[in-house]
Amino acid sequence: MSALPILIPETTTAGGFLLVLALVLPLASVFAALTLGGRNARRVVMLAIPAGLALAVAIGVELVQSGHTLVYLLGGWAPPLGIALRADGLSVVMLLTTTVVLLAVALFAYSDFQVPENGHEVRAPFMFWTLLLAVWGALNAVFLAGDLFTLYVALELLTFAGVPLVSLEGRSETLQAALRYLLFALLGSVLYMLGAVLLYGTYGTLDIALLAERVRPVPAVIAAAALMTVGLLAKTALFPLHLWLPPAHAGAPAAASAVLSALVVKGSWFLVVRLWFDVMPGVVTPSAAQLLGALGTAAIVVGSVVALRQERLKLLVAYSTVAQIGYLFLMFPLAFGSIGDVPAHGAALTGGLLQVVSHATAKAGMFMAAGLIYAALGHDRIADLAGVARAMPVTVLAFALAGLALMGVVPSGAYLAKKLMLDAADGSGQWWWVVVLQGGAVFTAGYVVLVLVSVLRSRSGSMPLVKPVSRLSELAALGLSTSSLLLAFAALGPVPGDLVSSPLAPKELGTTLAVVLGGALLALGLSRRSLFGAAPVDSAANEGALRRSVVAVGAAFELADRLIRRWQFASIGLLMLVALLGGLLVFGSPG
Amino acid sequence: MNASMLYGMCGSALVGIGLYGLIVNPQPLRKILSFNLIGSGVFLLFGVIARRGAALGMGGDPVPQALVITGIVVAFSATALAVALLLRLQEASGSATLSSPEPADPPDA
Amino acid sequence: MNMPLLVDGSLVVLILAVAIWTIAVRDSFAAVVGYAIYGLMLALAWVRLAAIDAALTEAAIGGGLTGVLLIRAAVRLRPTESVVAVETPGRFVKALAAVLAGTVSAALAVVVLSLPVPAPTLAPEVAGHIASTGLGNAVTAVLLAFRATDTLLEAVVLVFALIAVWSLAPDRLWGGRPGPRYHLEANGMLAYLARLLPPLGIIVAIYVFWVGADLPGGKFQAGTLLAAMWLLAIMAGLTDAPPVSRGWLRVALVTGSAVFLAIGFAGVPLAGAFLAYPAGYAKPLILVIEAASMLSIAVTLALLVLGPPERSAQQ
Repeated sequence: MSALPILIPETTTAGGFLLVLALVLPLASVFAALTLGGRNARRVVMLAIPAGLALAVAIGVELVQSGHTLVYLLGGWAPPLGIALRADGLSVVMLLTTTVVLLAVALFAYSDFQVPENGHEVRAPFMFWTLLLAVWGALNAVFLAGDLFTLYVALELLTFAGVPLVSLEGRSETLQAALRYLLFALLGSVLYMLGAVLLYGTYGTLDIALLAERVRPVPAVIAAAALMTVGLLAKTALFPLHLWLPPAHAGAPAAASAVLSALVVKGSWFLVVRLWFDVMPGVVTPSAAQLLGALGTAAIVVGSVVALRQERLKLLVAYSTVAQIGYLFLMFPLAFGSIGDVPAHGAALTGGLLQVVSHATAKAGMFMAAGLIYAALGHDRIADLAGVARAMPVTVLAFALAGLALMGVVPSGAYLAKKLMLDAADGSGQWWWVVVLQGGAVFTAGYVVLVLVSVLRSRSGSMPLVKPVSRLSELAALGLSTSSLLLAFAALGPVPGDLVSSPLAPKELGTTLAVVLGGALLALGLSRRSLFGAAPVDSAANEGALRRSVVAVGAAFELADRLIRRWQFASIGLLMLVALLGGLLVFGSPG
Repeated sequence: MNASMLYGMCGSALVGIGLYGLIVNPQPLRKILSFNLIGSGVFLLFGVIARRGAALGMGGDPVPQALVITGIVVAFSATALAVALLLRLQEASGSATLSSPEPADPPDA
Repeated sequence: MNMPLLVDGSLVVLILAVAIWTIAVRDSFAAVVGYAIYGLMLALAWVRLAAIDAALTEAAIGGGLTGVLLIRAAVRLRPTESVVAVETPGRFVKALAAVLAGTVSAALAVVVLSLPVPAPTLAPEVAGHIASTGLGNAVTAVLLAFRATDTLLEAVVLVFALIAVWSLAPDRLWGGRPGPRYHLEANGMLAYLARLLPPLGIIVAIYVFWVGADLPGGKFQAGTLLAAMWLLAIMAGLTDAPPVSRGWLRVALVTGSAVFLAIGFAGVPLAGAFLAYPAGYAKPLILVIEAASMLSIAVTLALLVLGPPERSAQQ
């Protein structure tokens, strides 16, 4: 993107046709699944997704070999009249991540969503496989389209594919969560559309490359930037616009939650990056970028604390998604901290990208593990998980590895991302983000430790398993978590090797232990129930005053979160954010 | 002030009216109506921009006009999905409200 | 103050008045009727903005089909409306919302009024290239030639929305028929209209589709008309909605996009790019795409209005 040049005048580059295939393959698969119906939907998925993975790899190879952005002019018409598909490093990484995670989810859910032998079409499996392909198609369109209106249509495709995944089981709470998700997402996309309209009115084009050349900080563009950014933040569920996410992701079936948390929210995040880094780098001001970072920090803190207060595993994982989404926005103040500071800019962007990939894989693995526990036990009450580690070791290992990956333990992708962002923070002198980056890991460790302690407790008597766990599903979850943990090694091409030190080096080991210890302290303090017993704090009369006050702080956080997640609060907050962001874009530049 | 400016202000006002309705009305059906108002206001603004781009014998810039048509169809499909969800919610739970006392807990199997 | 400005001014006042009424009125059914009226007046505004294609689409889909959809919903939701109404926020929240919404409106108005003059426009580009498409209607040329991918994706949006709507069916009714069973009142007004209007509607739809190549019109408007005629026949009880598991129905849904994709890929060897048209054959190919899409759009739109399956296939 900023590093890879675009050829002027623009023509279709060699290998550009691969982009068309990447766009069309998932959509054609959806049609095939719809017409063939019944059990063929799963077959179509198992054929199409590996093909898509091969295609993504091919695009990556072509990109690396040619050294510039891949372009395809659809219909032979060049922008501004026509639409172009473009693939740069960011697109390719997202394409690869999407296909890998979807493949893992497909393997995980292989036996869950089966069609009975008599071949009659059954709703939930047919819908699950078709929607999986639909999410894939929408995401590919988001990653490849080079025109703001095409991206709007792609965003709507993503929403229409994600919403029914929430209500797949058909319970009334999930229907309500799906409706709330849909309405808030529609509000986000209509604000995005409004911004695009203003950009067209000012420059007569919606093409990203052309706009990048023409955009200046005039009132219309500032209004567009504020509206589009906040609209996309609503779809990404960044604090305080996260009202729809916890019930939606917790209520969906495990495979669907994995897709929703790992991939669907990344689509709108991707567009924020495109907007800020590609279309409007000259318009965004450092203060506006600090606002995004501040919201991210708030997300990390509030999300983690409320996660610690949860009594259900799936809700805990959903709130951990709220927290992790905050991490995705720490890259913005680091990249735009000092304009023209190219090394910091590049490091922050690479760090953010690594963060996204590691989060996508680790979060999918975590949701899968949580889903397996729920399916096997018949419930997911954290207090009653004793003995699970002995009964389902592979699953617990998957959860633990995912947690370690999220915490940023060497050599996970999150570790490398943190290293890169720390470099950027040091380079631009923003010491406060160093605090956030280091401190955030402790918050993550908190809820991971909480769950691990609960499952590692031994149980007197045997564990009553409602349903045997599929080995394939466990391996899929483990595979994803492991890949997230080892991601730093995969990234060693574009990143210097000396950044990744051995996990057993004293410095790294010390940091890891400190993080885990800090997390354990947090969990001890904030969790509703004692870590080592089952009695909730509120009822125990002889808990110390310190413990009671810490729990009260946690309860206050939870209450605040519940208040913010009411519709009126969140929608008013959304409009206030638009105004705030607009103001910071006008007045925020240094001198 | 010419006609385009008049419709431009109309579109802006519609966006504001829709936003107010979306925030304040508790019934999801009214929220869907408000969303449609905002959407049609945005499209109207696009139409004003198209009109301002009139040239060469065409009454307006055809690109925004074409995009508006696409947008109207997309908005309709969104409305249809939202209405279907709302009706199913009412069928399943007996009430049609967006607010819930607690976040949705996955039930014990 | 001249006459056209007076007309525009009155139209704007009416539109805003109906919009405010739609937001503020207590009864949801009244609000929905207000929205249908709003849609039709908005179509007039589009005519005044010299965007006839958009006016046709707004009247057909925005006011017409959306109105049908919302009226059916409002009737079904009537019992629960008063229960939910108690959640109306207090005066402080309302005032805050009004201030914020008003600020956004005002800022938008200022920004729109300050857009550059002369306005940047793609009309010259369109005029320069439209000859190669063989079309006379610039909007159709944009939709099906220059920005054909948007139109393709938009057909996909319709299918995705329908998949999402169908996913809401209860498990035991999967594969069944959408919508309730409408009883035929053989001598009633509705049955009379349902026998009279569809043949006329089909002819008008074919005309709108055909003439859309050179004059305002096209497949969206025509498809909506066809959908409305089918819905009329279903709602009068003359015919019944097909079960969603029917193979021909599924094929009908994807035919438009399949033809679009096929012609798009054929463009690679024949014209050098995906969705490019070989010289001289652009108009016939576009008409083929439009015809196939019109039928798929008609089926999809009608099914979107009918909703998820509510009866088993045998009923």
